[in-house]
Amino acid sequence: MIRYILKRILTIIPVVLLVAVVVFTVMYFSPGNPAEIILGPGASEENIHTLEVQLGLDQPYFVQLGRFMFNTFIRFDLGNSYVNDISISHELAMRFPKTLLLAVFAIVLELIVGIPLGMIAAIKRNRWQDQLCMLFALIGVSAPAFWLGIEMVLIFSNKLHLLPSSGISTWTGWILPVILVSLRGVAQMARQARSSMLEVIKSDYVTTGRAKGLKEGEIMFKYALPNALIPLIQTAGNSFASSLGGAIVIESLFSIPGIGQYMIQAIGGRDYAVIRGTVVVLSIAFCLIMLIVDLIFAFVDPRIMAQYSSRAKKERYRAGHGKEVRSNA
Amino acid sequence: MHDKTMTGAIAGGKTRKQSQFIEVMRRLMRNKLAVIGMVIFIIYILIAVFAPLLTPYNYAEFNLVEKNQLPSMAHLCGTDQFGRDILTRLFVGTRYSLGLGLGAVALGLVFGVILGCIAGYFGGWVEELIMRLGDLIQSIPAMLLAIIISIVLGSGFIQTIIALGFGRITLNARLLRAQFLSQRRLEYVEAAQATNCPKIKLMFVHILPNTISPLIVSSTMGVGGTIMMAANLSFINLGIRPPSPEWGAMISDANSMVRSAPFQILFPGLFLAIFVLALNLFGDGLRDALDPKLRD
Repeated sequence: MIRYILKRILTIIPVVLLVAVVVFTVMYFSPGNPAEIILGPGASEENIHTLEVQLGLDQPYFVQLGRFMFNTFIRFDLGNSYVNDISISHELAMRFPKTLLLAVFAIVLELIVGIPLGMIAAIKRNRWQDQLCMLFALIGVSAPAFWLGIEMVLIFSNKLHLLPSSGISTWTGWILPVILVSLRGVAQMARQARSSMLEVIKSDYVTTGRAKGLKEGEIMFKYALPNALIPLIQTAGNSFASSLGGAIVIESLFSIPGIGQYMIQAIGGRDYAVIRGTVVVLSIAFCLIMLIVDLIFAFVDPRIMAQYSSRAKKERYRAGHGKEVRSNA
Repeated sequence: MHDKTMTGAIAGGKTRKQSQFIEVMRRLMRNKLAVIGMVIFIIYILIAVFAPLLTPYNYAEFNLVEKNQLPSMAHLCGTDQFGRDILTRLFVGTRYSLGLGLGAVALGLVFGVILGCIAGYFGGWVEELIMRLGDLIQSIPAMLLAIIISIVLGSGFIQTIIALGFGRITLNARLLRAQFLSQRRLEYVEAAQATNCPKIKLMFVHILPNTISPLIVSSTMGVGGTIMMAANLSFINLGIRPPSPEWGAMISDANSMVRSAPFQILFPGLFLAIFVLALNLFGDGLRDALDPKLRD
C-alpha cells in the first residue's frame, strides 16, 4: 500500500511542474506589456524600459521560465500583483480556504442529494419517480449557474428577505452559493448513481438476496449500495475539482473573498501575474484532488492496487516479447 | 459492433449502412424526450438562420425613448437599458451561441479525431507523446483552460471557438484512441493490411466508422456544455463582448440593471437554459439509440 501511494505521489510531481510550464508559456504570449500595465497609461518609454529590466522582462523566455519555476516551487513565491503590488502567494493563502470550504460544502450537498435521487430513480426505474428525478437532473445541468444565482438573489433576498444577497458574514450567506456551485454536481451524481445502481441491481447476489426472501430495503442498502458507490468516487472527485472552477463565477457574484473572485478581478484589471498565479494554484489543487481520488479508489477497491503492483511484472513480460504482446494487452 | 460491419462489408456496404442508420433513427424517434429536444433544436436553428426576418427591430440600434420597457405586445420580452428589443437580441444571439457551440465542438472533433487516429493506429512513442500531452492539458480544469486561452487570444468569434474547443481535442483524442485499441487487432483490419490498403484509408475509411459513435454522443452532449461555457466567458467579460448580443453578455449587461429592471435578466437565461436542455435531451436520446445496451 505504501509503495503504491509513494509511486502515485511521485508520478504527480512531473505533471504539476509541466502544468506550471504550460500555464506560464500560454500566459507569456498574452497581449499587453506588464510594465505598461503596472505604470498605467501615459508612462514614458524610458520608465517602462527601466521597469522591464527591473522585472527581468527583457530576459529571454527560458530565463524567465526558469525564474518563475524556481520562485514558484522552491520559494513558494508567485510574484506581486501588477495592479496593487501585493504578494500573490499571501493573497492566495488567505483566499484559498474560502474557496475550498465552498467546494467542500458543495460536494457534501451533492452526495446527500445526488445519491438518493439516483437511487430512487434506479429502484423505480421507468416509473414517474425515475422520470421526475432525471428531469430534475437534466434541468440542473442546463441552467447557467450565474443566471440562476441572480434570479435566486432576486427572489430570496430582494423579495422575501430571507437570505443575504452577498457576503459570508453570517452562515446564511453560504446557502445560495453552495446550492449554486453544487447544482451541476448534484445532477451528474444523480445520473451516475442511477446507472451504477442499475448495474448492481442486475447482478446475481441481488437476485440471490431476493430469492432468500430478504427485505428489499436491506438488499438495497446493505448489499447493492456499497458496490454501487465505487464508481461514484470518481464522479465525486471530478465534481469536486469542477466546483473549484465553478466557484470562480459564483464567488464574484456573491462577493465571497475566495480565489475565484480574485481571478475575476484580475481579468478585469488585466493583471496577468495574478491570473497566472491563480491558474497554477487551482491546477495544482486539481491534480492533488485527482491523486486523492485515486488513493481512495485503491483503498476501497483492492483490485486496483493489485493491478498496479503487478504492472512491473507485466512490463518485464512485455519487454521480453516485444511489441506484439504490448498491442494485444 | 464489428461483426455487423464484417457482414456488412461482405454483403456490400451501402445497404447495410443505410439500414443501420434507419434503425438508429427509429430508436431515436421512439424516445419522446429526444424528439422534443430535436424539435426545439431545429426551431433554434431556424431562429438563427432567419433572425433578422423575424422581428421588425434592429438588434444594435439604440432607442433611448423606449428604454427599460416591460414586456408588452410591441416588445414581447421588453427592452434593455439602451431601448433595444430584447427578443430581437435573443434571436440574433442564437447565431452566436449556436455558432460557438457547433464551431468549438467541430474543432475538437476534427483535431481530436486526427490525433486519436494517429495515436491509436501507430502506437509506440507517437501514442505516448500524444497521450501524455493530452494528460497534461486535461489536468488543467476546462473552464480555466478556456479562460487563459481567451485572455491570450483576446475577444472575437474565432478566438472564442478556439478557447472553447481546445480542451475538447484531447478529450476526443483519448476517447478515440481507446476505441482504436479495441479494433487494432480485429480480422478486418488485418485483412485490409494484408490487401495492402493504404494506412490513411484504413484509418479513416475502415476503422474510424466503427469507432466514432462514442465521439458523436460525447460531442452532441458537449454542444450544450460548450454553449454554457461560452456564456460563462462572456459573463466574466471574456469571449464574445458586448454590444454583440451573446446570451451570457446579455445576462451580464442586465445584471447591472437588476434592481431597477429585474425582468431583463429573465429571458436570456431562460432562452439559454431551454436550448441547453433540448441539446441534453437530444444527446441522451442519441446515446441510447446508438448503443441500446447502455440504456439500463
